[in-house]
Amino acid sequence: MEKFETLTGIAAPMPLVNIDTDMIIPKIFLKTIKRSGLGANLFDEMRFDRQGNEIADFVLNQTQYRETQILVAGDNFGCGSSREHAPWALADFGIKVVISTSFADIFYNNCFKNGMLPIVMPQEVVDVLMKDAEHGSNARMVVNLEEQTVTSSDGEVFSFEVDSFKKHCLLEGLDDIGLTMEKAASIDAFEAGAAQARPWV
Amino acid sequence: MSPKTLYDKIWDAHVAHEADDGTCLLYIDRHLVHEVTSPQAFEGLRMAGRKVRAPDRTIAVPDHNVPTTAGRENPEAMTEDSRVQVAALDRNAKDFGIHYYPVSDIRQGIVHIVGPEQGWTLPGMTVVCGDSHTATHGAFGALAHGIGTSEVEHVLATQTLIQKKSKNMKVEITGKLRPGVTAKDITLSVIGETGTAGGTGYVIEYCGEAIRDLSMEGRMTVCNMAIEGGARAGLIAPDETTFEYVKGRPHAPKGAQFEAALAWWKTLYSDDDAHWDKVITIRGEDIEPVVTWGTSPEDVLPISALVPSPEDFEGGKVEAAKRALDYMGLEPGQKLSDIEIDTVFIGSCTNGRIEDLRAAAEILKGKKIAVKRAMVVPGSGLVRAQAEEEGIADVFRDAGFEWRLAGCSMCLAMNPDQLTEYERCAATSNRNFEGRQGYKGRTHLVSPAMAAAAAVTGKLTDVREMM
Repeated sequence: MEKFETLTGIAAPMPLVNIDTDMIIPKIFLKTIKRSGLGANLFDEMRFDRQGNEIADFVLNQTQYRETQILVAGDNFGCGSSREHAPWALADFGIKVVISTSFADIFYNNCFKNGMLPIVMPQEVVDVLMKDAEHGSNARMVVNLEEQTVTSSDGEVFSFEVDSFKKHCLLEGLDDIGLTMEKAASIDAFEAGAAQARPWV
Repeated sequence: MSPKTLYDKIWDAHVAHEADDGTCLLYIDRHLVHEVTSPQAFEGLRMAGRKVRAPDRTIAVPDHNVPTTAGRENPEAMTEDSRVQVAALDRNAKDFGIHYYPVSDIRQGIVHIVGPEQGWTLPGMTVVCGDSHTATHGAFGALAHGIGTSEVEHVLATQTLIQKKSKNMKVEITGKLRPGVTAKDITLSVIGETGTAGGTGYVIEYCGEAIRDLSMEGRMTVCNMAIEGGARAGLIAPDETTFEYVKGRPHAPKGAQFEAALAWWKTLYSDDDAHWDKVITIRGEDIEPVVTWGTSPEDVLPISALVPSPEDFEGGKVEAAKRALDYMGLEPGQKLSDIEIDTVFIGSCTNGRIEDLRAAAEILKGKKIAVKRAMVVPGSGLVRAQAEEEGIADVFRDAGFEWRLAGCSMCLAMNPDQLTEYERCAATSNRNFEGRQGYKGRTHLVSPAMAAAAAVTGKLTDVREMM
């Protein structure tokens, strides 16, 4: 997995609440057996009309947001389907950080498996960053995972919380499966014990 | 010993490793797999030269993409990309030696209906699937939740999941439900109360007399939508209803094994003085048949209510409500029961079980549909066969419903079953998101009985008027 340490980039505002994974990547694009290439269809139904033309007022279609790397979003981002295609599509587009007051559980976990950082901030901070994001390409935010900070374009610094194990994996770009396989002895022992205790399973 | 919740007990019985920071490896008893969220995971295994650690605990079935019309075994019935995905599952199941129910098998159906039906899902288990509605299996007192594809690969390779424990929430539904009120109305009403993010960070245990009174089918409906409330999982403590359902299923334990299992299952309940981080209590008598008016499952109201106004909300929900009303083509103040319906969809992992079909058929008996199209998609081939045997299929057909083959169908509209632009549907499924059932399609979530009532009158209807 790609490491995540710091990111300096353009942030786009998406204040809508409950942005679900069907919006992020509609199901017709789930018929792939690959992980790559989904960025072209990120937010497809909001971004393009049925003829495939860009919808001009959608944020990511605006000139100043074409290079967006950070999303500042409304509450409960990523709710709905467990599709990992949602973080794959965001990452493929170039968005590596999403900031919101809350995330749906599965989406949140999926991000960390793909070198992406979802950041939970209180409402008042999200409000400040949302305003900052409205400045478009003139406003570059800085995200520092080691320090656990987001710095707005005018230098205001906000701290965030992140699980220490998830942070470690992201900073080092570690592969979960490899890490777990190092604990194979524990899994073997558990299996042996469970076979005794619950042989019907 | 300190008192525990049901969630605490199942969790404790499955921790294979715990790190100093509380990060655990949770052992997974059953891994369900479908064609949409698994190909990249199997590909990952191949690239790394890894095997499936516990193929005997891994069960695959194609459901999301498959057509529900006759002749679907013919590869031509599917689009090229769907065919590739289903073929990939066929091949992966064979190559990695996991249990498999192909489209040609009568036991094929929606993964969350097949699991319980075949007795794969048992009380006290951990169950995962690359699908958010895995919460369904919580109805058995199994800890069950959806995972992403990277986690699917992790479970395939290690039979564990890296997890931190969630908080405990109790949702109690007291007393009796009124006639015409169903499990679907309970679960939607709970989401109406908590909001779609209200459960984030929690595992919910549903309890109370109204929950105890539900059949296993009803309990699965309730737990199925725990994810729509944001919870990691929903749980219902197993009881005689559960044991009765499980007994005799193909993969349930038999004889002495069953007795041993039963002895353990009977310890699976929350202790009286267990700690709850959050408690919600709803009076069963207060729950009415409900419908959704917007584009989030939390946009739910009793059928007797009026379409709300954006000004009824606060914060970010004001804009969201405006957008939802515009998308749904509704005006504030309109009676919900005046909303005309084009299409009725009965099916999905939420409401595609035999009891759901019976409830709808009860309303439809001797009547004709007054909508443009109506479709029943049984949750599995076995549900379909049972409905044929009980004469329910004839009730649907006589009323003018299409009687389809099993699959996810129009719940997520990945297969050809889709709404057209602005087509308005009363659906027994679980999500009313923008575009969920088809581009610009409009979804109103309801119970099977309410869907049947809408089919007969051509508009959203209080089913109690037809009982």
